[in-house]
Amino acid sequence: MADFGRRDFDVPRADAAGRFGEYGGRFVPETLMAPLAELETAYRRARRDGAFRRELDGLLTTYAGRPTPLTQARRLTEALGGARILLKREDLLHTGAHKINNALGQVLLARRMGKRRVVAETGAGQHGVATATAAALLGLECVVYMGEVDVERQAPNVYRMRLLGTKVVPVASGSRTLKDAINEAMRDWVATYDTTHYVLGSVLGPHPFPTMVRDFHAVIGKEALAQSRRLLHGALPDLLVACVGGGSNAIGLFHAFLPFRGVELVGVEAGGRSLAPGEHAARFGPGRAGVLHGTRTLLLQDEDGQVLPTHSVSAGLDYPAVGPEHANLAALGRTRYVSVSDGEALEAFHLLSEKEGIIPALETAHAVAWAVREAPRRRPDEVIVVNLSGRGDKDVPQVARREGVEL
Amino acid sequence: MSGRLGAAFGRARAEGRAALVAFVEAGDPSLAVTGRLLPALQAAGADVIELGIPFSDPIADGPVIQRASQRALGAGATLAKVLDAAAAARGEGLSVPLVAFSYANPILAFGVAAFARRAAEAGIDGVLVTDLPPEEGEAAAATFVSSGLDPVFLLAPSSTPARIRRAARLSSGFVYLVSRPGVTGARNDLPEGLPDLVARVRAGIGRTPLAVGFGISSPEQVRAVSREADGVVVGSAIVRTMEEAVAAGRDPVPAAARLVSSLAAATRG
Repeated sequence: MADFGRRDFDVPRADAAGRFGEYGGRFVPETLMAPLAELETAYRRARRDGAFRRELDGLLTTYAGRPTPLTQARRLTEALGGARILLKREDLLHTGAHKINNALGQVLLARRMGKRRVVAETGAGQHGVATATAAALLGLECVVYMGEVDVERQAPNVYRMRLLGTKVVPVASGSRTLKDAINEAMRDWVATYDTTHYVLGSVLGPHPFPTMVRDFHAVIGKEALAQSRRLLHGALPDLLVACVGGGSNAIGLFHAFLPFRGVELVGVEAGGRSLAPGEHAARFGPGRAGVLHGTRTLLLQDEDGQVLPTHSVSAGLDYPAVGPEHANLAALGRTRYVSVSDGEALEAFHLLSEKEGIIPALETAHAVAWAVREAPRRRPDEVIVVNLSGRGDKDVPQVARREGVEL
Repeated sequence: MSGRLGAAFGRARAEGRAALVAFVEAGDPSLAVTGRLLPALQAAGADVIELGIPFSDPIADGPVIQRASQRALGAGATLAKVLDAAAAARGEGLSVPLVAFSYANPILAFGVAAFARRAAEAGIDGVLVTDLPPEEGEAAAATFVSSGLDPVFLLAPSSTPARIRRAARLSSGFVYLVSRPGVTGARNDLPEGLPDLVARVRAGIGRTPLAVGFGISSPEQVRAVSREADGVVVGSAIVRTMEEAVAAGRDPVPAAARLVSSLAAATRG
């Protein structure tokens, strides 16, 4: 167990231009500059407005199911024979993942801004389902862009979105995954900003998205901090681990713990099939600073500045860039990033199911896989918190197919 | 500042017409075709040529330029090779002003200062970076200027008066006004209120020439915009004409030149 927590790290804040150190900013066509400024102002006012905060908190508790428990993974801990593992159960939220925290916040904000339509991108479909859900709840029209490859591998979520009254638009351009879905959502927004808010689903994109999306997910870490103090008699966990696509669940869990340098923070990227170009989505390491989707961050690109294709078994991690705040925290040495392969993630998917009765999302299974690797190397009095960012129901057909099981 | 852009707009103004700015995607379908295309468009009456630098994720472009960008990348175009092609065309006597029209990342990967030097040596006159607004582009603009390149910033219907003034202050050569919200691509209509928009922008930019683009494809539209602006930009219509010619097994260069010639005539009323 870490100590009672000394605040010995100054958490860097984004500057007025939305820069985290050398990362972040607002690299968009001129047309979007005014809508982004409008969004920034509206968000700043909303977060100071008690009525907005009360409405969001009310929805998070009475509709989404917050707070989520911190579950002791006793059988998994026993099987691994090392550090004690705790699970932050975002998978128990309505719609099955942490994404609903941000979707409710942004759709509420959209309504407050007088927008009657929202658009979103989705990879695994979890952010799409969350946005579709929030839009249905609050009575806004919703369009979700989704790469054709992801429409195929996440079919249950496509149908869920349609049930919720959302129009799902398959994207056939580029690599037909999350990156291309974001391209298409931005193309929609640049034409429709008068009536439409773009509910970006991760801590990516132009300022203020990385800050705003992080704020909406920071509740994960605030709860986990209080819960672990209760469970550990005032002490803090030694290590937090979360999967990182854009990095929203990770930053949400990490943020409340950032001031305590004694708590190690590890993000897990998709190692895919191999670490050859195009075969993975591990941005830390081969990634170089570049600009994609409105922000400057670590980016998988070739020497000519063209964005490289990525691969991951999990659609939600299959993305060539990472949130700028993560890039900055890594540069400062406060967080570190590792990768696990498709195969390790699939093994962890099975292991958690069998040992704890929890089927994790394939994205989440990456964080579990790294904990499985790490726990045996640690003492039994050490504590690891894994962010169980989403449940795996959506992945069951895909995993069954991979394993030759006919459903 | 390069003389060629200022001279081209000055000449058009002296003739009482708008300058025709023709956009082509460099390297589509190949850099060899681009090499033949540039003198052909100059001869057809283009006053300025914008060379689109292909990028894997062109968020400001509609389907026509997206496809062209993919074809160019597939055929091996890179920023360095596009600059080489421009230098070769200049070597053969091309005199029309050239504006590199790029997304930020290829230029950042090249290095802003290295790019500016190399582009100036290659005979590029201006640089427009779609996703580099003044907030992020001020330093790059200064680097361009010190290499003798004209930085061109974009304005849009959503631009506030303060932004209009700032873009004009940082731009030389001309300012590019995006005529409507949305991505590039031909439309049948002109946006309502374009004269008011042009008047509002002009009030903020002083004497810097103003070119209007996005959605302009036909000689009728060019004629109408010419009455309002100092320059009129046509892009997707040219790119699509070339795409159709290639698909039909014809040489895309004369097809593009014929279209540009009719557009150039339209600037003369």
